[in-house]
Amino acid sequence: MALMLVKFDMKKRVKLAQTIWFLYWFAVMAGVLVFSMGLFFKIELRKRSELMDNNESHLLPNVLILMGLIACGVNAFGGKVCYDSLDPSKFIKWKPMLKPFLMFCVGFNGLLFVTALLCFVMRIPLQFTLAEGLKNGMKFYKDTDTPGRCYMKRTLDLMQMEFRCCGNNHYRDWFEIQWVSNRYLDFSAKEVKDRIGSNVDGQYLMDGVPFSCCNPSSPRPCIQGQMTNNTAHYSYDHYTEELNVWKRGCREAMVSYYGGLMNTIGALVLLVTMLEIAVTIGLQYINSSLSSLVNPEDPESESEGWILEKTVGETFTDIMTNMKAMSKGGKVEEEAEAGVATVS
Amino acid sequence: MLLLKIKFTQQRRVHLAQGLWLLSWTAVIWGAIIFCLGVYLKMELLRRDEVMDNTEIHVVPNILIIVGLASIGTNWVAGCVCQDSLDATRFPRWKVLLLGWFAVAAVLCCLLISVVALSFALQGRLEESLKVGLRNGIRFYKDTDVPGRCYQKETIDRLQMEFRCCGNNNFKDWFEVQWVSSRYLNFTSKDVKDRIRSNVDGRYLLDGVPFSCCNPSSPRPCLRYTLTDNNAHFNYEYQSEELNLYSRGCRQALTDYYMELMNSTGPGVLSVILIQMSVILGMRYLQTSVEGIMALEDPEGESDGFLLEKGVKETMEDLKVKALIMLQFWLDDPIATEGSSEDADLEKAEKEASPTPAS
Repeated sequence: MALMLVKFDMKKRVKLAQTIWFLYWFAVMAGVLVFSMGLFFKIELRKRSELMDNNESHLLPNVLILMGLIACGVNAFGGKVCYDSLDPSKFIKWKPMLKPFLMFCVGFNGLLFVTALLCFVMRIPLQFTLAEGLKNGMKFYKDTDTPGRCYMKRTLDLMQMEFRCCGNNHYRDWFEIQWVSNRYLDFSAKEVKDRIGSNVDGQYLMDGVPFSCCNPSSPRPCIQGQMTNNTAHYSYDHYTEELNVWKRGCREAMVSYYGGLMNTIGALVLLVTMLEIAVTIGLQYINSSLSSLVNPEDPESESEGWILEKTVGETFTDIMTNMKAMSKGGKVEEEAEAGVATVS
Repeated sequence: MLLLKIKFTQQRRVHLAQGLWLLSWTAVIWGAIIFCLGVYLKMELLRRDEVMDNTEIHVVPNILIIVGLASIGTNWVAGCVCQDSLDATRFPRWKVLLLGWFAVAAVLCCLLISVVALSFALQGRLEESLKVGLRNGIRFYKDTDVPGRCYQKETIDRLQMEFRCCGNNNFKDWFEVQWVSSRYLNFTSKDVKDRIRSNVDGRYLLDGVPFSCCNPSSPRPCLRYTLTDNNAHFNYEYQSEELNLYSRGCRQALTDYYMELMNSTGPGVLSVILIQMSVILGMRYLQTSVEGIMALEDPEGESDGFLLEKGVKETMEDLKVKALIMLQFWLDDPIATEGSSEDADLEKAEKEASPTPAS
């Protein structure tokens, strides 16, 4: 008893082949889309890899690129087979390859589904990488004369302006590190000596933030220095001041940006997986309908199409017996060889 | 004497019609592209509307939009004409329209050429408009509590950050304007009183700039107050400091940006002009060869295609004569009616005169 049996006459077969050919070309474009999304994500990660300590995992974009390329190839091949299925003479040469191709397609669809799940799951390691990276990035803000770190200041400034965020979790993160380089500090000044003496590590800490934290929407010119001192600025109360600097932390901003990106990519990959499953089922119907012609000589006779030749349970037991037979056959051969070896 | 005569066999006519059909559809697509370019340019100009004083520069995207739409329509009609040209029963209905079509297509080409010329000619006006707009923007920077100007600060800040520029011509423009609102000035402090007294208008001027002028590429945290005082900051020299703030003025930055945008549309516009002129020429040849065939009443015979029935000089003289005739006709008409009314008056007078002897 075949699974999802459908009767096919000539017209229905032709229509099926045309529809599935059209869908295969759609699927080729979907494969290109997956490839380009993987490439885009890889470039986005590279752009900000300095802020992630060059430690970020490129597994997801690499997998997407690979899947996109394989999808293009598989779907182009499937489309060609569909196109040839309308002509019995051309279809003959593809017939022996179809069964292994369909099994490969089923495996590929499973992998695509796993990739989609990966998109949603990889958000968590990314969060940790970002937290670590940003903390270190802020520490190296002042090192514009150290080779390898001289662009950290610019990267951080541009990032804070673009993502409208300040510090790791909060703007106060800047109060805890020295972000002014020693080259620009006058060590003979009293104020500098006081600040350096005020903490264990001898760092010049101040209650100020870099200019890139400033919020342009504030009605007042930006207050960057002496932020906790209400008397230093006229009509200023740092507890109630909200619009002066960005309130959001950069870790949260970047996580939500990359998280949103990954969610979108995951949703699109799920859609592509469903399309692939549809075309695989369609190709199976074409294959089974062309191999079950009532009258093999007459290409216009009726036929039947199915997804599985027997029911799911029977197919499963068949596969198990085949595997057992293969492993047993291997054992018998080994024993025979051993017997031959002992005899000789 | 036919100008640029070409002999057209049946085969050649079919090829011409097919080729022209393809060319006119290409022209439709290019017309759509020109329309999109015009819309994009207009949106970019509207986005920075607040720092521009007048909208004279908007004439460039407006013409592009109109020309794009007109070109789509015109070339679509050309495609329909090509399709019907080889069918003797359907072609006559287009015959009447064709003169109008040629006129519209010629006007389109002229408009496109004028767009290219305008985009160069209006550069000076754009700079003027930006100069005034930016000057006002900088003056009203502090007025975040005045309705109608409360977003000026945010606009200028975002503009300076996006285009990496500071002030109108350079950052010193900020020294001449009070950009800190009086709401945030402590009028009892000595520093504020000194500064206000130091100038005629009683403005709080300082040698400092807003944070949006800061250059992120500077190796040093941004210095934006007491810029002219070398002693106020350690290891700082005002004359030689280059990377601290953006050195470019916003007027220059915006003008460069818009000129680049308009120049990049240049090749597209030029190719549309070429394609449109080829469509006009092809259409003329098709029209004349098909009309010649219809006159001969032999659909498979040969005919001549030409640009002008007589030479250029003769055609111009013909047109002059025709124009003069039309002008005279228009002038003669009122004179003729005037003459006839005079005659009627004379007749009336005669009639009145004649009964009197009788009575």
